[in-house]
Amino acid sequence: MFSAIKLQLWRGDQHVLRGLCFTVAAGRCLQLTGVNGSGKSSLLRALCGLLPLEAGAVVWRGADTAADRHAFHAELAWLGHGTALKGDLTAAENLRYSAGLRRTLSGAEIDGALATVGFANADQRLARQMSAGQQRRVALARVLLLECPLWLLDEPTANLDSRGQEMFNQMLDAHLQRGGLAIVATHQALALPAQRLQELELS
Amino acid sequence: MSAPEPVSALKAGSMLVRRDLRLALRRPGEWLQPLVFFLVVTTLFPLATNPELSRLRDMAPAALWVAALLSSLLALELLFREDGQDGTLEQLAVSGLPLAWLLLAKTCVHWLLTGLPLVLVAPLAATALGAPYASIPGVLAALLLGSVALSLIGAVGAGLTLGLRRGGVLLALLVLPLAVPVLIFGARATALAIALEPMAAPMYLLAAIAVLSATLAPLAAAAAVRISLE
Repeated sequence: MFSAIKLQLWRGDQHVLRGLCFTVAAGRCLQLTGVNGSGKSSLLRALCGLLPLEAGAVVWRGADTAADRHAFHAELAWLGHGTALKGDLTAAENLRYSAGLRRTLSGAEIDGALATVGFANADQRLARQMSAGQQRRVALARVLLLECPLWLLDEPTANLDSRGQEMFNQMLDAHLQRGGLAIVATHQALALPAQRLQELELS
Repeated sequence: MSAPEPVSALKAGSMLVRRDLRLALRRPGEWLQPLVFFLVVTTLFPLATNPELSRLRDMAPAALWVAALLSSLLALELLFREDGQDGTLEQLAVSGLPLAWLLLAKTCVHWLLTGLPLVLVAPLAATALGAPYASIPGVLAALLLGSVALSLIGAVGAGLTLGLRRGGVLLALLVLPLAVPVLIFGARATALAIALEPMAAPMYLLAAIAVLSATLAPLAAAAAVRISLE
Protein backbone atom coordinates (compact mmCIF):
# COMPACT_ATOMS: atom_id res chain seq x y z
CA MET A 1 0.00 0.00 0.00
CA PHE A 2 1.24 3.41 -1.00
CA SER A 3 -0.17 6.64 0.35
CA ALA A 4 0.52 10.31 0.19
CA ILE A 5 -0.52 12.38 3.19
CA LYS A 6 -1.08 16.12 2.94
CA LEU A 7 1.70 16.82 0.47
CA GLN A 8 2.82 20.43 0.19
CA LEU A 9 5.24 21.36 -2.57
CA TRP A 10 6.55 24.69 -3.77
CA ARG A 11 8.44 25.19 -7.00
CA GLY A 12 9.98 28.66 -6.88
CA ASP A 13 7.05 30.93 -6.00
CA GLN A 14 4.42 28.46 -7.24
CA HIS A 15 2.46 26.42 -4.77
CA VAL A 16 2.20 23.20 -6.80
CA LEU A 17 0.71 20.74 -4.33
CA ARG A 18 -1.66 22.00 -1.65
CA GLY A 19 -2.31 19.30 0.90
CA LEU A 20 -2.68 16.46 -1.60
CA CYS A 21 -3.80 13.09 -0.19
CA PHE A 22 -4.33 9.76 -1.91
CA THR A 23 -3.92 6.03 -1.35
CA VAL A 24 -3.13 3.31 -3.85
CA ALA A 25 -3.73 -0.31 -2.84
CA ALA A 26 -1.87 -3.34 -4.15
CA GLY A 27 -2.98 -4.36 -7.62
CA ARG A 28 -4.21 -0.89 -8.51
CA CYS A 29 -3.00 1.88 -10.76
CA LEU A 30 -3.33 5.59 -10.13
CA GLN A 31 -3.48 7.63 -13.31
CA LEU A 32 -2.40 11.26 -12.95
CA THR A 33 -3.96 13.67 -15.40
CA GLY A 34 -4.08 17.42 -15.70
CA VAL A 35 -3.08 20.14 -18.10
CA ASN A 36 0.56 20.75 -18.93
CA GLY A 37 2.30 22.42 -16.03
CA SER A 38 -0.22 21.20 -13.46
CA GLY A 39 2.55 19.47 -11.51
CA LYS A 40 2.31 15.83 -12.59
CA SER A 41 6.05 15.44 -13.02
CA SER A 42 6.77 17.39 -9.85
CA LEU A 43 4.40 15.15 -7.90
CA LEU A 44 6.04 11.99 -9.24
CA ARG A 45 9.53 13.31 -8.53
CA ALA A 46 8.45 14.27 -5.02
CA LEU A 47 7.01 10.78 -4.46
CA CYS A 48 10.35 9.30 -5.59
CA GLY A 49 12.23 11.46 -3.17
CA LEU A 50 14.02 13.42 -5.89
CA LEU A 51 12.20 16.62 -4.89
CA PRO A 52 12.04 17.53 -1.23
CA LEU A 53 8.53 18.12 0.11
CA GLU A 54 7.72 21.17 2.20
CA ALA A 55 5.36 19.15 4.34
CA GLY A 56 3.51 15.87 4.29
CA ALA A 57 4.61 12.28 4.10
CA VAL A 58 4.88 9.55 1.50
CA VAL A 59 4.05 6.25 3.13
CA TRP A 60 5.05 2.86 1.70
CA ARG A 61 4.15 -0.39 3.47
CA GLY A 62 3.11 1.57 6.52
CA ALA A 63 6.42 3.39 6.98
CA ASP A 64 7.39 6.94 6.08
CA THR A 65 9.71 6.73 3.07
CA ALA A 66 11.82 9.61 4.37
CA ALA A 67 12.87 7.41 7.29
CA ASP A 68 14.52 4.70 5.17
CA ARG A 69 15.01 5.92 1.64
CA HIS A 70 17.23 3.05 0.53
CA ALA A 71 14.69 0.39 1.49
CA PHE A 72 11.95 2.30 -0.35
CA HIS A 73 14.08 2.87 -3.45
CA ALA A 74 15.01 -0.82 -3.57
CA GLU A 75 11.33 -1.54 -4.30
CA LEU A 76 10.82 1.32 -6.72
CA ALA A 77 11.13 1.41 -10.50
CA TRP A 78 11.20 5.01 -11.71
CA LEU A 79 10.97 6.17 -15.31
CA GLY A 80 11.27 9.90 -15.85
CA HIS A 81 11.58 12.07 -18.94
CA GLY A 82 15.14 10.91 -19.56
CA THR A 83 15.40 7.32 -20.74
CA ALA A 84 18.84 6.91 -19.07
CA LEU A 85 20.10 5.03 -22.12
CA LYS A 86 23.68 5.36 -23.25
CA GLY A 87 23.90 6.21 -26.94
CA ASP A 88 27.00 4.13 -27.50
CA LEU A 89 25.62 0.90 -26.04
CA THR A 90 23.16 -1.54 -27.59
CA ALA A 91 19.73 -2.16 -26.07
CA ALA A 92 20.87 -5.36 -24.34
CA GLU A 93 24.08 -3.75 -23.01
CA ASN A 94 22.14 -0.78 -21.68
CA LEU A 95 19.83 -3.10 -19.76
CA ARG A 96 22.63 -5.37 -18.54
CA TYR A 97 24.41 -2.42 -16.94
CA SER A 98 21.49 -0.31 -15.74
CA ALA A 99 19.20 -3.04 -14.40
CA GLY A 100 22.17 -5.25 -13.52
CA LEU A 101 23.28 -2.54 -11.14
CA ARG A 102 20.32 -3.39 -8.94
CA ARG A 103 19.75 -7.12 -9.34
CA THR A 104 21.42 -10.17 -10.77
CA LEU A 105 20.34 -10.69 -14.35
CA SER A 106 20.74 -13.44 -16.91
CA GLY A 107 21.04 -12.84 -20.64
CA ALA A 108 17.80 -14.75 -21.22
CA GLU A 109 15.91 -12.41 -18.89
CA ILE A 110 17.15 -9.41 -20.85
CA ASP A 111 16.13 -10.98 -24.16
CA GLY A 112 12.75 -11.85 -22.65
CA ALA A 113 12.14 -8.30 -21.47
CA LEU A 114 13.19 -6.90 -24.85
CA ALA A 115 10.82 -9.31 -26.58
CA THR A 116 7.98 -8.25 -24.26
CA VAL A 117 8.37 -4.61 -25.25
CA GLY A 118 8.35 -5.58 -28.93
CA PHE A 119 12.09 -5.55 -29.53
CA ALA A 120 12.18 -9.06 -30.93
CA ASN A 121 14.90 -8.32 -33.47
CA ALA A 122 17.62 -8.29 -30.80
CA ASP A 123 19.88 -6.32 -33.06
CA GLN A 124 23.27 -4.81 -32.40
CA ARG A 125 22.07 -1.28 -33.07
CA LEU A 126 23.37 1.36 -30.70
CA ALA A 127 20.80 3.31 -28.69
CA ARG A 128 21.63 6.53 -30.53
CA GLN A 129 20.66 4.94 -33.83
CA MET A 130 17.20 4.09 -32.50
CA SER A 131 14.09 6.23 -32.83
CA ALA A 132 12.69 7.97 -29.75
CA GLY A 133 9.89 5.39 -29.55
CA GLN A 134 12.33 2.49 -29.63
CA GLN A 135 14.41 4.08 -26.89
CA ARG A 136 11.26 4.43 -24.81
CA ARG A 137 10.58 0.72 -25.31
CA VAL A 138 14.05 -0.17 -24.03
CA ALA A 139 13.48 2.07 -21.01
CA LEU A 140 10.20 0.22 -20.34
CA ALA A 141 12.09 -3.06 -20.60
CA ARG A 142 14.30 -1.81 -17.76
CA VAL A 143 11.21 -1.13 -15.63
CA LEU A 144 10.14 -4.74 -16.28
CA LEU A 145 13.56 -6.16 -15.46
CA LEU A 146 13.82 -4.37 -12.11
CA GLU A 147 10.84 -6.48 -10.92
CA CYS A 148 9.88 -3.88 -8.36
CA PRO A 149 6.42 -3.84 -6.74
CA LEU A 150 6.04 -0.09 -7.19
CA TRP A 151 6.21 1.68 -10.55
CA LEU A 152 6.33 5.46 -10.84
CA LEU A 153 6.17 6.34 -14.53
CA ASP A 154 6.18 9.81 -16.04
CA GLU A 155 4.69 9.87 -19.55
CA PRO A 156 5.74 6.27 -20.25
CA THR A 157 3.94 6.19 -23.59
CA ALA A 158 5.52 9.36 -25.00
CA ASN A 159 6.71 8.70 -28.56
CA LEU A 160 5.13 5.23 -28.60
CA ASP A 161 2.99 4.23 -31.58
CA SER A 162 -0.48 2.72 -31.10
CA ARG A 163 0.91 -0.82 -30.90
CA GLY A 164 3.42 0.37 -28.35
CA GLN A 165 0.63 1.82 -26.24
CA GLU A 166 -1.23 -1.45 -26.43
CA MET A 167 1.93 -3.26 -25.36
CA PHE A 168 2.29 -0.85 -22.42
CA ASN A 169 -1.30 -1.50 -21.33
CA GLN A 170 -0.68 -5.25 -21.32
CA MET A 171 2.58 -4.82 -19.45
CA LEU A 172 0.89 -2.64 -16.84
CA ASP A 173 -2.06 -5.01 -16.47
CA ALA A 174 0.27 -7.97 -15.92
CA HIS A 175 2.15 -5.99 -13.28
CA LEU A 176 -1.07 -5.14 -11.43
CA GLN A 177 -2.29 -8.73 -11.61
CA ARG A 178 0.91 -9.84 -9.88
CA GLY A 179 -0.05 -7.51 -7.03
CA GLY A 180 2.10 -4.56 -8.06
CA LEU A 181 1.24 -0.89 -7.77
CA ALA A 182 1.69 1.83 -10.35
CA ILE A 183 1.35 5.58 -10.49
CA VAL A 184 1.36 6.76 -14.08
CA ALA A 185 1.21 10.29 -15.41
CA THR A 186 -0.24 10.10 -18.91
CA HIS A 187 -2.90 11.65 -21.11
CA GLN A 188 -3.54 8.41 -22.94
CA ALA A 189 -6.52 6.41 -21.74
CA LEU A 190 -5.27 3.31 -19.93
CA ALA A 191 -7.12 0.17 -20.99
CA LEU A 192 -7.45 -1.34 -17.54
CA PRO A 193 -10.44 -2.93 -15.77
CA ALA A 194 -12.32 -0.25 -13.80
CA GLN A 195 -11.59 -1.90 -10.44
CA ARG A 196 -7.87 -1.58 -11.06
CA LEU A 197 -7.84 2.02 -12.16
CA GLN A 198 -8.26 5.22 -10.18
CA GLU A 199 -7.75 8.70 -11.49
CA LEU A 200 -6.42 11.89 -9.97
CA GLU A 201 -6.70 15.16 -11.82
CA LEU A 202 -4.26 17.86 -10.82
CA SER A 203 -5.22 21.46 -11.35
CA MET B 1 4.77 -8.89 -4.50
CA SER B 2 8.19 -8.23 -3.01
CA ALA B 3 11.36 -6.67 -4.35
CA PRO B 4 14.03 -8.87 -5.93
CA GLU B 5 17.15 -9.72 -3.97
CA PRO B 6 19.34 -6.61 -4.20
CA VAL B 7 22.94 -6.89 -5.34
CA SER B 8 25.79 -5.92 -3.07
CA ALA B 9 27.09 -2.37 -3.27
CA LEU B 10 30.45 -3.77 -4.34
CA LYS B 11 28.97 -5.54 -7.35
CA ALA B 12 26.89 -2.50 -8.27
CA GLY B 13 30.03 -0.38 -8.20
CA SER B 14 31.92 -2.81 -10.42
CA MET B 15 28.96 -2.86 -12.85
CA LEU B 16 29.13 0.92 -13.11
CA VAL B 17 32.91 0.82 -13.58
CA ARG B 18 32.60 -1.73 -16.39
CA ARG B 19 29.88 0.27 -18.10
CA ASP B 20 31.87 3.49 -18.03
CA LEU B 21 35.01 1.75 -19.27
CA ARG B 22 33.12 0.19 -22.16
CA LEU B 23 31.58 3.55 -23.06
CA ALA B 24 35.02 5.17 -22.97
CA LEU B 25 36.39 2.48 -25.29
CA ARG B 26 33.69 3.30 -27.83
CA ARG B 27 34.63 6.98 -27.93
CA PRO B 28 38.31 7.40 -27.11
CA GLY B 29 38.48 10.92 -28.51
CA GLU B 30 36.75 12.45 -25.51
CA TRP B 31 39.23 11.04 -23.04
CA LEU B 32 42.31 11.75 -25.12
CA GLN B 33 41.63 15.49 -25.26
CA PRO B 34 42.77 16.36 -21.70
CA LEU B 35 45.88 14.22 -22.20
CA VAL B 36 46.79 15.93 -25.46
CA PHE B 37 46.16 19.29 -23.79
CA PHE B 38 48.61 18.39 -21.01
CA LEU B 39 51.28 17.33 -23.48
CA VAL B 40 50.83 20.40 -25.68
CA VAL B 41 51.04 22.85 -22.78
CA THR B 42 54.12 21.24 -21.22
CA THR B 43 55.98 21.03 -24.54
CA LEU B 44 55.11 24.62 -25.45
CA PHE B 45 56.82 25.94 -22.33
CA PRO B 46 60.41 25.21 -23.43
CA LEU B 47 59.64 26.76 -26.82
CA ALA B 48 58.32 29.96 -25.31
CA THR B 49 61.24 30.61 -23.02
CA ASN B 50 65.01 30.65 -22.87
CA PRO B 51 65.98 27.00 -23.45
CA GLU B 52 68.77 27.16 -20.92
CA LEU B 53 68.61 23.93 -18.89
CA SER B 54 68.81 25.46 -15.41
CA ARG B 55 66.06 27.93 -16.27
CA LEU B 56 63.82 25.16 -17.60
CA ARG B 57 64.38 23.08 -14.49
CA ASP B 58 63.30 25.99 -12.30
CA MET B 59 60.10 26.30 -14.25
CA ALA B 60 59.35 22.59 -14.71
CA PRO B 61 57.30 22.02 -11.51
CA ALA B 62 55.08 25.01 -12.17
CA ALA B 63 54.57 24.07 -15.82
CA LEU B 64 53.78 20.43 -15.00
CA TRP B 65 51.35 21.20 -12.22
CA VAL B 66 49.50 24.07 -13.84
CA ALA B 67 49.08 21.95 -16.97
CA ALA B 68 47.92 18.99 -14.89
CA LEU B 69 45.42 21.12 -12.98
CA LEU B 70 43.96 22.73 -16.11
CA SER B 71 43.81 19.42 -17.93
CA SER B 72 41.92 17.85 -15.02
CA LEU B 73 39.47 20.78 -15.10
CA LEU B 74 38.97 20.21 -18.83
CA ALA B 75 38.21 16.55 -18.16
CA LEU B 76 35.75 17.26 -15.34
CA GLU B 77 33.11 18.30 -17.85
CA LEU B 78 32.94 14.66 -18.88
CA LEU B 79 32.38 13.29 -15.41
CA PHE B 80 28.65 13.76 -14.73
CA ARG B 81 27.36 15.99 -17.55
CA GLU B 82 26.00 13.32 -19.88
CA ASP B 83 24.65 11.14 -17.09
CA GLY B 84 22.83 14.15 -15.70
CA GLN B 85 21.25 15.02 -19.02
CA ASP B 86 20.03 11.58 -20.03
CA GLY B 87 18.56 10.69 -16.62
CA THR B 88 21.18 8.14 -15.57
CA LEU B 89 22.07 10.04 -12.41
CA GLU B 90 18.37 10.21 -11.53
CA GLN B 91 18.20 6.42 -11.84
CA LEU B 92 21.30 6.06 -9.66
CA ALA B 93 19.83 8.41 -7.05
CA VAL B 94 16.69 6.26 -6.69
CA SER B 95 18.43 2.89 -7.08
CA GLY B 96 18.39 2.14 -3.37
CA LEU B 97 22.19 1.99 -3.39
CA PRO B 98 24.40 4.54 -1.63
CA LEU B 99 24.83 7.36 -4.14
CA ALA B 100 28.19 8.42 -2.67
CA TRP B 101 29.57 4.96 -3.36
CA LEU B 102 28.30 4.94 -6.96
CA LEU B 103 29.77 8.38 -7.59
CA LEU B 104 33.09 7.22 -6.11
CA ALA B 105 33.05 4.35 -8.63
CA LYS B 106 32.40 6.82 -11.45
CA THR B 107 35.18 9.10 -10.21
CA CYS B 108 37.59 6.15 -10.10
CA VAL B 109 36.90 5.42 -13.77
CA HIS B 110 37.31 9.08 -14.53
CA TRP B 111 40.72 9.07 -12.84
CA LEU B 112 41.71 5.87 -14.67
CA LEU B 113 40.89 7.53 -17.99
CA THR B 114 42.17 11.06 -17.42
CA GLY B 115 44.44 11.07 -14.35
CA LEU B 116 46.44 7.91 -14.87
CA PRO B 117 47.33 8.55 -18.56
CA LEU B 118 48.55 11.98 -17.51
CA VAL B 119 50.83 10.40 -14.90
CA LEU B 120 52.07 7.92 -17.49
CA VAL B 121 53.08 10.57 -20.03
CA ALA B 122 54.56 12.81 -17.33
CA PRO B 123 58.12 11.36 -17.76
CA LEU B 124 58.03 12.60 -21.34
CA ALA B 125 56.87 16.06 -20.32
CA ALA B 126 59.30 16.22 -17.39
CA THR B 127 62.25 15.24 -19.60
CA ALA B 128 61.26 17.89 -22.13
CA LEU B 129 61.43 20.40 -19.29
CA GLY B 130 64.94 19.29 -18.37
CA ALA B 131 64.24 17.11 -15.33
CA PRO B 132 67.12 14.67 -14.70
CA TYR B 133 66.29 10.97 -15.19
CA ALA B 134 66.89 10.20 -11.53
CA SER B 135 64.07 12.56 -10.58
CA ILE B 136 61.40 10.87 -12.72
CA PRO B 137 60.10 8.42 -10.03
CA GLY B 138 59.62 11.30 -7.62
CA VAL B 139 57.83 13.43 -10.22
CA LEU B 140 55.56 10.47 -11.03
CA ALA B 141 54.73 9.76 -7.40
CA ALA B 142 53.76 13.37 -6.75
CA LEU B 143 51.55 13.53 -9.84
CA LEU B 144 49.96 10.19 -8.98
CA LEU B 145 48.79 11.40 -5.57
CA GLY B 146 47.91 14.85 -6.89
CA SER B 147 45.81 13.57 -9.79
CA VAL B 148 43.78 11.34 -7.44
CA ALA B 149 43.05 14.32 -5.20
CA LEU B 150 42.19 16.54 -8.18
CA SER B 151 39.71 14.02 -9.62
CA LEU B 152 37.96 13.61 -6.27
CA ILE B 153 37.80 17.34 -5.48
CA GLY B 154 36.62 17.96 -9.03
CA ALA B 155 33.74 15.52 -8.59
CA VAL B 156 32.18 17.85 -6.00
CA GLY B 157 32.36 20.80 -8.38
CA ALA B 158 31.04 18.71 -11.27
CA GLY B 159 28.09 17.66 -9.11
CA LEU B 160 27.29 21.23 -8.15
CA THR B 161 27.40 22.59 -11.72
CA LEU B 162 25.43 19.67 -13.15
CA GLY B 163 22.22 21.56 -13.80
CA LEU B 164 23.87 24.58 -15.39
CA ARG B 165 23.95 25.01 -19.14
CA ARG B 166 27.36 26.68 -19.27
CA GLY B 167 28.89 25.41 -16.08
CA GLY B 168 32.51 25.45 -17.26
CA VAL B 169 33.63 28.79 -15.82
CA LEU B 170 31.72 28.31 -12.58
CA LEU B 171 33.22 24.84 -12.28
CA ALA B 172 36.71 26.36 -12.52
CA LEU B 173 35.82 29.01 -9.91
CA LEU B 174 34.50 26.36 -7.52
CA VAL B 175 37.25 23.82 -7.94
CA LEU B 176 40.40 25.95 -8.27
CA PRO B 177 40.43 27.31 -4.68
CA LEU B 178 40.02 23.76 -3.34
CA ALA B 179 42.75 22.52 -5.66
CA VAL B 180 45.29 25.17 -4.62
CA PRO B 181 46.77 23.08 -1.75
CA VAL B 182 47.30 20.19 -4.19
CA LEU B 183 49.05 22.59 -6.56
CA ILE B 184 51.28 24.05 -3.83
CA PHE B 185 52.43 20.78 -2.29
CA GLY B 186 52.56 18.97 -5.63
CA ALA B 187 54.77 21.63 -7.21
CA ARG B 188 56.93 21.75 -4.09
CA ALA B 189 57.40 17.97 -4.10
CA THR B 190 58.23 18.05 -7.81
CA ALA B 191 60.74 20.87 -7.32
CA LEU B 192 62.49 18.88 -4.59
CA ALA B 193 62.48 15.76 -6.77
CA ILE B 194 64.03 17.65 -9.69
CA ALA B 195 66.67 19.11 -7.35
CA LEU B 196 67.27 15.48 -6.20
CA GLU B 197 66.53 16.39 -2.60
CA PRO B 198 64.38 14.51 -0.06
CA MET B 199 60.71 15.20 -0.85
CA ALA B 200 58.98 13.37 2.00
CA ALA B 201 57.39 16.38 3.71
CA PRO B 202 55.26 17.69 0.81
CA MET B 203 54.49 14.09 -0.22
CA TYR B 204 52.99 13.34 3.20
CA LEU B 205 50.79 16.40 2.87
CA LEU B 206 49.78 15.42 -0.68
CA ALA B 207 48.90 11.93 0.54
CA ALA B 208 46.89 13.42 3.40
CA ILE B 209 44.91 15.58 0.95
CA ALA B 210 44.30 12.56 -1.29
CA VAL B 211 43.03 10.43 1.61
CA LEU B 212 40.90 13.24 2.97
CA SER B 213 39.28 13.85 -0.42
CA ALA B 214 38.74 10.12 -0.96
CA THR B 215 36.70 9.95 2.24
CA LEU B 216 34.85 13.26 2.12
CA ALA B 217 34.50 14.17 -1.58
CA PRO B 218 32.12 11.33 -2.54
CA LEU B 219 29.73 12.33 0.26
CA ALA B 220 29.87 15.97 -0.79
CA ALA B 221 29.47 15.01 -4.46
CA ALA B 222 26.40 12.89 -3.64
CA ALA B 223 24.82 15.79 -1.75
CA ALA B 224 25.67 18.14 -4.65
CA VAL B 225 24.18 15.79 -7.23
CA ARG B 226 20.97 15.40 -5.21
CA ILE B 227 20.61 19.19 -5.07
CA SER B 228 21.28 19.49 -8.81
CA LEU B 229 18.63 16.87 -9.58
CA GLU B 230 15.88 18.75 -7.75
